[in-house]
Amino acid sequence: MLPRDLAPGAAVDGFVLKERIAVGGMGAIWSVEHPDHSGPLVMKLPFLGAGADVSTIIGYETEAMILRRLSGRHVPAFVAAGDLAVLPYIVMERVSGTPLDERLRLGPMAVEEVARVGARIAAAVEDIHRQHVVHLDLKTGNVILLERGAVLIDFGLARHDELPDLFAEESDLPMGSPATISPEQLVGDRTQPASDIFALGCVLYEMATGEPPFGEPVSLAGQKRRLFAPPRPPRSLDRKVPRWMQEIILKCLEVEAGRRYASAGQLLFDLRHPDQVPLTERADRAGQEGFTGRIRGWLGGRRAEQMPPQRKVPIARRISTAPVVMAAVDLARGADPLANEVRLHVRRVLDAEEGARLACVTVLKTKLVGDDDTPDEAGRSAYLARLIALKDWARTLDVPEERVSFHVLEAVNPGDAILDYASHNRVDHIVMGARAASALRRHLGSVSSHVVAEALCSVTVVRLKESDASE
Amino acid sequence: MRTAFITDIHANREALEAVLDDIDTEGVDRIVCLGDIVGYGPDPVAAVDIVAGLADRGAIIIKGNHDHAVDAGWHSMSENAARAMKWTAARLGPAEKTFLADLPLGHREGDALFVHASAHNPESWPYVLEAHDAAQSFAATDARLIFSGHTHVPALFHTLIGTLATGKMLTFRPVADKPVPLSGIRRYHAVIGAVGQPRDRDSRACWGLWDDGAGELTWRRVPYDVEATVAKVQAAGLPDRLWMRLLTGD
Repeated sequence: MLPRDLAPGAAVDGFVLKERIAVGGMGAIWSVEHPDHSGPLVMKLPFLGAGADVSTIIGYETEAMILRRLSGRHVPAFVAAGDLAVLPYIVMERVSGTPLDERLRLGPMAVEEVARVGARIAAAVEDIHRQHVVHLDLKTGNVILLERGAVLIDFGLARHDELPDLFAEESDLPMGSPATISPEQLVGDRTQPASDIFALGCVLYEMATGEPPFGEPVSLAGQKRRLFAPPRPPRSLDRKVPRWMQEIILKCLEVEAGRRYASAGQLLFDLRHPDQVPLTERADRAGQEGFTGRIRGWLGGRRAEQMPPQRKVPIARRISTAPVVMAAVDLARGADPLANEVRLHVRRVLDAEEGARLACVTVLKTKLVGDDDTPDEAGRSAYLARLIALKDWARTLDVPEERVSFHVLEAVNPGDAILDYASHNRVDHIVMGARAASALRRHLGSVSSHVVAEALCSVTVVRLKESDASE
Repeated sequence: MRTAFITDIHANREALEAVLDDIDTEGVDRIVCLGDIVGYGPDPVAAVDIVAGLADRGAIIIKGNHDHAVDAGWHSMSENAARAMKWTAARLGPAEKTFLADLPLGHREGDALFVHASAHNPESWPYVLEAHDAAQSFAATDARLIFSGHTHVPALFHTLIGTLATGKMLTFRPVADKPVPLSGIRRYHAVIGAVGQPRDRDSRACWGLWDDGAGELTWRRVPYDVEATVAKVQAAGLPDRLWMRLLTGD
C-alpha cells in the first residue's frame, strides 16, 4: 500500500497508525503505537513515487542517521527507521508543546519573553553542536517550546561532522529555508555551526518584531540578497526593542560567520545578561542603511562569496574553542594572595582558549532573609563595593570589554550560588580558589570541594603552594 | 556477520600483531586480508607466516601488487619499493613464495567484492584515491559494495542507485573509530587504511570493522610500537624514507 493511502489502524513494521496529525505535499505525520515502545510516538512517512525529489529521501536518510546519534532533552528521542530501499519512515518521540511559529501567529513577543525563549533555543543549539551536529534548517516551525526547554525538530538537512554529508555535492542548489538560510549555505558551505547562529538571529528578529529579517524570498537570487543588503534594524520597526536586543540580533546576522557569536553558549550568555551586553554601533543602527552601511554589507557579501572553503575543523571542537570561562573569586578579604593566584590561572586558561568569554563572579554572603525584606542602603553599598573590587581584580587581565562580564551573586551558600550560575549560563570551565586545609574546614566542607563534586563542567581548583609543616 | 578487513601489512610485524590483538578484543566472525602482506617492511617471513595461519583458520586472503612482485618482478615499481622488494625476495623461502603466488586477485561474495586495488583492471593495480577512480571501479562490476586497500588512505566513495541514481559520486574521509552507516540505497567503495604503513598523517595502524547486520563500517586505529619497527628497518639497511614515513604516517 502506498503511504498516501494508509488509513488509521494500518500497521507499518509493527507500528499501528492511530491518527494523521499532519499532511503535506512531501509526506505525512502519524501518531503511532507499538507494544515494545511506551509513550506517545510519531511516524514521519514520505510520499515517494514518480517525480518524487531525490532530496526527500536523502532527507530521511540524513535525519535517521543523525537523530539516532543525538540524545538529551533538546531533541526528540529516536525510536526506529524503515529500510530506505523498501519503505522509508522515521519513528520518534512525540514532542507535545507549542511550536514557535504557532506562538508567533499571536503576534511578536515582549522583550523579556524574546530573551527567555531565545536563551532556551540557544541552549538547545549549544547542546546539538556539542554532539557534533549543525542543524542547518533552524526556523520558527522547527522549534517546539515545552516545560523541559526548547526542542529542535527536523534534522533532514543537518550535518554531523563525523559522518558523510549526504547533501554535499549531491545538490547544486543550496538547501535550507528561505527565511533563515545563512549566507555561507547560499554559497555552498555546509560545515559551519555559525549558520545556526545566523538562523537563530533570524528567529530572534521575528520574535521581537513579528517579521522575518529578509522576508521569505522564493528565488535563489532573492535569498542571496542577504549577502549584500543588511536587514532593517529591529528598532526601526519597533522602538520598544531595546538597544541591547538589537545588538544581539544584528551580531547573529553578520554576513561573515567569524563576526557572529563564537558559540551558541556565548549568545545564550548575552540573552541572560542584558545589562552586560557590550553595545557597539550595531545597537544604534537606524532606519534604512546609509551609504556606508550599504558599502559595509556589500563588502561583507563579497567576502562571503569569495571566501575560500573553510579549513575543516570538527564542529564540537569549534564550540569548545569558544568556551564560557567562569572565574569564581573570593574577595571577602580583598584581593589577597589566593585571589591573585586565581587570576594567574585564569590568565593561563584565556591564553590557551582563543575566543573564550570570561565571566568574573564573586559571592556576597547574606544571612537568611525573609521574602518581605527589601534591600537596604547598607546592602546596596556592600554590593557596589564588591562589584568595584571585582572589576579591579580583573583589570590586569586586560580582557577586551566585549568578552568579559562581572557578577556579584548574593547568596547564603556560596557553593550553591556558583553551581547555579554555572549551569544556568552553560559555563564550560570554572576556575576558583581553595583555602588551605584546616580542621574546621574539613569539618564544614569547603566551597571548592562542593563545586568540584557537583559541577557539570571542568573545574580548576587553585591553591597557594605551602611547605609541609611537618618538615 | 562481523568482518575484520586488514590490508597493506607490508611486513610490519608489530603493527600486524597490535591489530590482531584489537580484532581479538573486538570479536569478529572472520578476517579478510586485502593484500600487500610484504614489501617495504623488515619482517616479511613473519608477516606471511601469520597471515597463512589466519588463512588456515578460514580467513580470505587477496593478492596485492607487492605480493605479486615477489614472483613477477619489480621493474615497474618506484626505486624505494623496488629496493625493498629485492631485499624481501631474498629472504622469503619457497613456502612463503608459493603462498603469495597462489593468492587470488579478488573474491566475490553476494553483492560484495573484495579486491586489493580496484575492480577496474585489478591486475594493473590502479589507485582509488578520488571520486572518478571509484566511478571506474564501480563501472567494472555489478557488486554493490567494494572493499579495497592499496592507497593506504582511508576513504569511502558512494553514489545513489536504482531509480534514485543521480550519477554523483560523493567522497567521505572517515573519522577514526566512528561507525559510518551504510544504506541500502547506495553503492559504496570503501578503501581501508594500511596496517603497516599509514599515509593519512595518522601513524596508527588501521583496520576495518564491517558489521553487515547493523549496516555499519568503522575504520579502527590502533597504536603500536613504531620505534621497534623503525629500528628493524634501519638495521636491515632499507631506504631511510621507509622508516621515516612510519613515524609521520605520510
